Amino acid sequence: MDAIIRIKDLGKTFTGKENNKDNQVEALRNINLEIHKGNIYGIIGMSGAGKSTLVRCLNFLERPTSGTVYIEGMDLSTMKDSVLRQTRTQISMIFQHFNLLMQRTVVDNICFPMYITGYSKKDARRRALELLEIVDLTEKAEAYPAQLSGGQKQRVAIARALATNPKILLCDEATSALDPTTTKAILKLLKEINETYGITIVIITHEMTVVQEICSHVAIIEKGELAESGTVEEVFTNPHTDAAKRLVFQTAQGTLQMKGKRCIRIVFNEISSFEPVISNMVLECKAPANILLADTRNINGIAHGQMILQLPEEEHLANKMIHYLKERKLTVEEVDDYVG
Amino acid sequence: MWDSATILMLVEGIGATLQMTLLSTLMAYALGLPMGIALVVTAKGGLKPSPFIYKALDIVANIVRSVPFLILLILVIPLTKIIVGKSYGSTATIVPLTIAAAPFIARLVESSLQEVDKGVLEAAQSMGASTGMIVRKVLLVEARTSLIVGATIATGTILGYSAMAGVVGGGGLGDIAIRYGYYRYETDIMLVSVIVLVALVQILQYIGMKLSKRLDRRITG
Repeated sequence: MDAIIRIKDLGKTFTGKENNKDNQVEALRNINLEIHKGNIYGIIGMSGAGKSTLVRCLNFLERPTSGTVYIEGMDLSTMKDSVLRQTRTQISMIFQHFNLLMQRTVVDNICFPMYITGYSKKDARRRALELLEIVDLTEKAEAYPAQLSGGQKQRVAIARALATNPKILLCDEATSALDPTTTKAILKLLKEINETYGITIVIITHEMTVVQEICSHVAIIEKGELAESGTVEEVFTNPHTDAAKRLVFQTAQGTLQMKGKRCIRIVFNEISSFEPVISNMVLECKAPANILLADTRNINGIAHGQMILQLPEEEHLANKMIHYLKERKLTVEEVDDYVG
Repeated sequence: MWDSATILMLVEGIGATLQMTLLSTLMAYALGLPMGIALVVTAKGGLKPSPFIYKALDIVANIVRSVPFLILLILVIPLTKIIVGKSYGSTATIVPLTIAAAPFIARLVESSLQEVDKGVLEAAQSMGASTGMIVRKVLLVEARTSLIVGATIATGTILGYSAMAGVVGGGGLGDIAIRYGYYRYETDIMLVSVIVLVALVQILQYIGMKLSKRLDRRITG
């Protein structure tokens, strides 16, 4: 199946005022990525990694300086302005700060993209009310954005984004300004939309939890380059780049301090999580192991987990433990650079 | 001195001042509003950046604004004669008033439109809206509160300028104040003219602020 979004050799360099070389910032370099229809594709990276620039290149709000983007096989870089605008009506976007029209009611906000595509006032209004039902905000139809909470504003933004029946929904840090409970509710809504309407969703975030919650695929961007990509399961279970590892370990950041002893990371899969492996290991080796991080979660219905253990200082005991865990078919890797 | 002729003169003066002010403001907006929009749209990082057009408008706005109004009043007399047919009286004053106010209004409009959240413009662009549509449906609507405040300031300033035109026989309350107060030492008539001018500005300011508050939906309630 052809990719709905294909990013090809994409690069973006911002040039400062004087056009001299010192003033250039290379935000993105040589990005290649394919996103298929129906995916929920997470693009994750630390702030400043270039992910927001990347998502703006997907609808050419930001014109790449090299390479291009194909939407359903159509090259955006060769499109005339009018055709590009037409294409954009198929690629909706929601934002961290919602970006609603503050001087218009909720209904008028949702009608706005429909006016652009030529809906009549009556049809637009009817569809807006339908959409408000989908996002569960019917009672706020005549309210102004200033009267809504953050979560409600993002619901309006989602309704507005769905108004023109887009094929793609881009989310730029859509939950970063929301509290954890609201974040969960918004992510659930996005997942429902993806399942009900088959809309391909691209999610830009700096939070691994967002990716784990709803994404099917993930790409990791670091310093303007694509570090790693694949299904969430692949990348989470077996991250091979440093950037990916840092993100996977993100949950424990700032809570631990290592004293230079040997540490290992164990990854659980659905079989082993039912067995009390660590207890058995401790009983078998008759030596304690320090659990520095334990984290299990549900990724698309399959239980996954990871643990970071600090092994005893005695070499032979440590080796015995590693051997024991490997025997149980667990992925074990030494993490000497794990600084929590 | 408070005979009916003087009172009639003052009433006519109020009429002439209001006529000059409102007509000049309208015409200055006809020039200044598009100019302000163009400044915002063509600016660096604007909807359609064009350094050349921006620079040209920027320079024109600065030149006109740096000429003192009294000098401008005299400078444009030939033009006024061509347009109105004479260079004195309240109708003639509309020409220099419009020319002086347009760039000032362009700057007011520019700063109002710049206050609109860039994210909202980006959202409109992402929906496939054209530049014209964004200007009409997003920029002008989202900035309307600030635009009304700007219009209030502009009208007040033009009212003040219109009084200055009295020096060259411009008509209106300013003309009366200068003729009676300055040339004939009839201080009481001058004072009354000034008090009426002050009252007019106060009323304009009050209406403008009330209107802008009433139309602002960012305040809850």
